[in-house]
Amino acid sequence: MSQAGFVMGFVHRRRRGAELFLLVLALAVGIGAYAAVGVGVEGEVPADIVGYGAGLAALALIAHVVVRMVAPYADPVLLPVVTALNGLGLAVIHRLDLVYADNPLKPHGLPHKQLTWMTLGVILFVATLVLLRDHRVLTRFTYTSGLGAILLLLLPLVPGIGDTINGAKIWISVGPFSFQPGEVSKLLLVVAFAGYLVLHRDALALAGRRVAGIDLPRGRDLGPILAMWLVSLGILVFQRDLGSSLLFFGLFLVMLYVATERAGWLVVGALLFFGGATMAYQLFGHVQTRVNIWLHPMTYFNNQDGPDSGQLVESLFGMAWGGLIGRGFGGGSPERVPFAESDFIISAIGEELGLTGVIAVILCYGLIVERALRAALICRDGFGKLMATGLAAIFALQVFVVIGGVTRLIPLTGLTTPFLSYGGSSLVANWVIAAVLLRISDQARRPVPDLSTGDDDDGADQQATQLIKMGGGSRP
Amino acid sequence: MSELTLFLIRVAYLAILWIFVLSAISVIRSDMFGARVPEAARGADAARKEKRGSAKHPPKRRGSPTHVVVTEGSNVGTRAELEHAPILIGRGSDAGIKLDDDYVSTRHARIAASGDQWFVEDLGSTNGTYIGTVRITQPTTITLGTQVRIGKTILELRK
Repeated sequence: MSQAGFVMGFVHRRRRGAELFLLVLALAVGIGAYAAVGVGVEGEVPADIVGYGAGLAALALIAHVVVRMVAPYADPVLLPVVTALNGLGLAVIHRLDLVYADNPLKPHGLPHKQLTWMTLGVILFVATLVLLRDHRVLTRFTYTSGLGAILLLLLPLVPGIGDTINGAKIWISVGPFSFQPGEVSKLLLVVAFAGYLVLHRDALALAGRRVAGIDLPRGRDLGPILAMWLVSLGILVFQRDLGSSLLFFGLFLVMLYVATERAGWLVVGALLFFGGATMAYQLFGHVQTRVNIWLHPMTYFNNQDGPDSGQLVESLFGMAWGGLIGRGFGGGSPERVPFAESDFIISAIGEELGLTGVIAVILCYGLIVERALRAALICRDGFGKLMATGLAAIFALQVFVVIGGVTRLIPLTGLTTPFLSYGGSSLVANWVIAAVLLRISDQARRPVPDLSTGDDDDGADQQATQLIKMGGGSRP
Repeated sequence: MSELTLFLIRVAYLAILWIFVLSAISVIRSDMFGARVPEAARGADAARKEKRGSAKHPPKRRGSPTHVVVTEGSNVGTRAELEHAPILIGRGSDAGIKLDDDYVSTRHARIAASGDQWFVEDLGSTNGTYIGTVRITQPTTITLGTQVRIGKTILELRK
């Protein structure tokens, strides 16, 4: 009857076999890239290909088995796509490391570090899936995680542990480890926004008046959006991190819009954003430099006295040189671009795999975002819906901002390309985000809402006793 | 390594990359159209409900609710057995729990089961259905003693 029907019109299949099949293909993408790098750069298949391949396959299989056990209904596409992107990123970093080896100014040993971070990422992925059996428990931490996110964002400003690397104060250094707390705060902010909006959506959605066909929100409801705007501006001013500032404000705006279904918020948000951006442009030299380099890159190329657009122009040269199908691994010179292993990894891919490769990579991100939004659509609770939407928005915005910056669509801002770029904090945080997305999609795709977890054994005993008692027929 | 070999490797790798992307898309496609209610599961589900309906002593846990009762409002004491679930609540004559409350819609809300869980679902009523102070927007789990407010009436599940 309608009992099951009103909750769910149909039953999703588990699709774990499909996930395994895609995972094998994803490993072929990662290990194949590693082999191609060896052949292209050194002229032979690398000697450690078996060990490397086995390590990567072991990580992927562990993740798969854990998903099979604790999240059997989870989305089958997310894990393989994430694995493929990570494997491709590792190979490109390895390729850059091979040419960096001759240059004492460049960093060394990147692939090993990145592989270690990937292992840690998979461990945390597994831990998240095992410990977080129901994403709704996160509603309890709405304000805690909001506070945590803001504290983490402020941490790099603390003298002593805060560290300025390449002009951005977004790092903390404890001993030999440096960490970007902003990456973790992405997830915390999504939890905080989702928890807050799911409670206050009615007030935000219903109150207000209509001006020129657009529902404008009430003045007193503007508090949170103004607060978020100030936090974003603060990140921009004090940490000089254009990318994160854009990411956090955009994330909040998207979630607000999704929660309230009111275009008025987008109008207000866009006005605030452009106001803030114009102000930042007027006030800060580094913002002006970025915009000028974006508009006239060639003017600043090899500029001896003042801002130099070498990074962006070299990356454009590289992508043009790559053309439609690229130069092949080892055929280009992506090392000419500073930070090709982190922010500009997409230009290295564009040079050696061409437009064809870049489109494949962007499609992979598109798939992640699509699966996250799909999980949001079929999720049964508002909190899960908002959280999945927020995580999708994070991926979408981050990829847009960084790839848009590298390809000179928008002014360049420093952000990592999720899963591809070299960078421990980003990689680990993104694996955890992937785990949370899998958990939400597992909950959403389950045929019956199995909400009870804790007292199952206990309940079975009681049920057995009850059955005998009921068999006696003494029922009022 | 000859130029041709390198070219072939390059093309082969791009092919692998695209085979992966296209397979992922085809999995999504089959996922979209493959989500059906399995016939066996539907039959088993129906059979289970049938049993619960016909047998007077359904296998239930101790402490699981057996009826809904009105605890506040103009119809205090009105009750409905959960065996007849889903139970319709409203002012209409077809309602399982008929309320004489001006703030209640004709077909206001419904209480239904899914597995061991009981849900209350608002049926697009004018004044809404509340659990505590929160207006519900989707099927919401209720347990023993959860106070469901409908208009000026409060209902709860009882043993």
